[in-house]
Amino acid sequence: MTDVAIEIADLRVSLSGTEVVHGVSFAVPKGSNFGLVGESGSGKSTILRTLVGLNVSWSGAMRLGGFELRYHRDKAFFRRCQMVFQDPYGSLHPRQTVDRQLSEPLLIHGLSEVDVRIRRALAEVGLPEALRFRYPHQLSGGQRQRVAIARALIAEPEVLLLDEPTSALDVSVQAEVLNLLADLQRARGLTYVMVTHNLAVVAHLCETIGVMQEGVMVECLSTDDLCAGRARHPHTQALRGLSTELEEAPAWKRGAGGEPA
Amino acid sequence: MSDSALRSWLLSDTPDSRRQAAWGRAYRSWLRFRVNPLGMAGLVIVVALLIASLAAPLLAVQSPDVQHLTLRLAPPSAAHWFGTDELGRDLYSRVLYGGRITLGMVLTVVVLVTPIGLVVGALAGYLGGMADRILMRITDIFLSIPQLILALAFVAALKPGVTSAVIAIALTSWPPIARLARADALTIRGTDFVAAIGITGASRMRIVFRHILPLCLPSVIVRITLDMSGIILTAAGLGFLGMGAQPPTPEWGTMIAATRGYILQQWWVPTIPGIAILFASLAFNLLGDGLRDVLDPKQT
Repeated sequence: MTDVAIEIADLRVSLSGTEVVHGVSFAVPKGSNFGLVGESGSGKSTILRTLVGLNVSWSGAMRLGGFELRYHRDKAFFRRCQMVFQDPYGSLHPRQTVDRQLSEPLLIHGLSEVDVRIRRALAEVGLPEALRFRYPHQLSGGQRQRVAIARALIAEPEVLLLDEPTSALDVSVQAEVLNLLADLQRARGLTYVMVTHNLAVVAHLCETIGVMQEGVMVECLSTDDLCAGRARHPHTQALRGLSTELEEAPAWKRGAGGEPA
Repeated sequence: MSDSALRSWLLSDTPDSRRQAAWGRAYRSWLRFRVNPLGMAGLVIVVALLIASLAAPLLAVQSPDVQHLTLRLAPPSAAHWFGTDELGRDLYSRVLYGGRITLGMVLTVVVLVTPIGLVVGALAGYLGGMADRILMRITDIFLSIPQLILALAFVAALKPGVTSAVIAIALTSWPPIARLARADALTIRGTDFVAAIGITGASRMRIVFRHILPLCLPSVIVRITLDMSGIILTAAGLGFLGMGAQPPTPEWGTMIAATRGYILQQWWVPTIPGIAILFASLAFNLLGDGLRDVLDPKQT
């Protein structure tokens, strides 16, 4: 049991009375990456939000490191599991400096050496210390997402839930943030559960992929299988087809003499 | 520190401490406020009135209670800038001392009302459910009674005087603040950053008081500044009706009430405290308008 970070069995979630996730089960081994992909509205973000305690109307079983999760999450849970939101423009408090936002988790969990930890956290996510006392509106989107990642990691959790962490960012910044996440995982042995609709992102970072369609996990396969085209479910094949089409589009445009995208 | 060094310290893009960042933010707001002539006019008048009231013993030519029965209802002159009232008291001195009473009442009301309104509103908006329903129904009860009438009933039940007037006005001024704070808290509680703070393990009270309240504050400050002119009028109105400050206290409303019979023959006697009321409430209104442009939550 100890080598499983997250285990979800027959999870059903309702949002304002309508069931949107219909019995999803999966397990994520410690130190690995699990990707949840699917179209908008397929329930993938809902699973993450439920896991971290933001939705309360659910049934089924969820375990974090072998511990059964209840409806009410305590501080100890938040120490072990953190989440990064999709929109870095909405996930930082607009009237607090970076320093204040990073110190908040430390104060809540009663951790010492606040100053040292904040400096280390900024360095880890590759932010210069000059930004430490800036307000979010003085930062770029990529910098904001780095702050959000630093905030999630500052209390040293084991599991990080990523809700489309790069979709609100510029393409060039996306790659930087993904590489940062990969580096952090290697350094800290983190477990990631990542929600995205971009198959290229999942393929870059995750070993296992769960494909969601209309609240059901239609297929769970390894990235190697996906890349080799061994997907069995038609929805997975359709998603894969779409993303390869998109990837090939720039090459086709280049051939026609257009600017590379 | 020289002026330019201070300026660059304030406007630095890379502050070295939270304090510097907060001051820089305040200074940027001040720079935006400074270019608004009406807001600045309001601020100047408010500050001038406050200084004049605080320094009343220094500025007044005589005690506000000294009577010269031979000099009753004298017109403005070099000796008595604003003339004298029906008991020969110097009106200029009385208006100065009256500012202490009237503005003092207003500030006391604000100090009492702002925290109550903010806390009730933010708690109701963030907690929602039963807490919201109970708090808002209580607010509605106070909101449903016209302000002056409740104040009148309250003062009539208690002993008329400055303290009862302050309590009466405070009782009727907090509900709009609470409503405003609740509306802000309702929009804030659904945002990602509140969810993110909740995920760090913060308690609900910590979220309300450290993260949501500060965001409700700007619109509440604007609202209360605009309300101040209304509070001045209510305070003066209660004084005029004999329910506020009692003579011989030099309160502006009481002064008008005591001398209203002379409006046709010696018009300046009731008019001068009236002008003081007009200036004070107009100034707070202009200041509030200027603050709204700066603190508007829609600008980051």
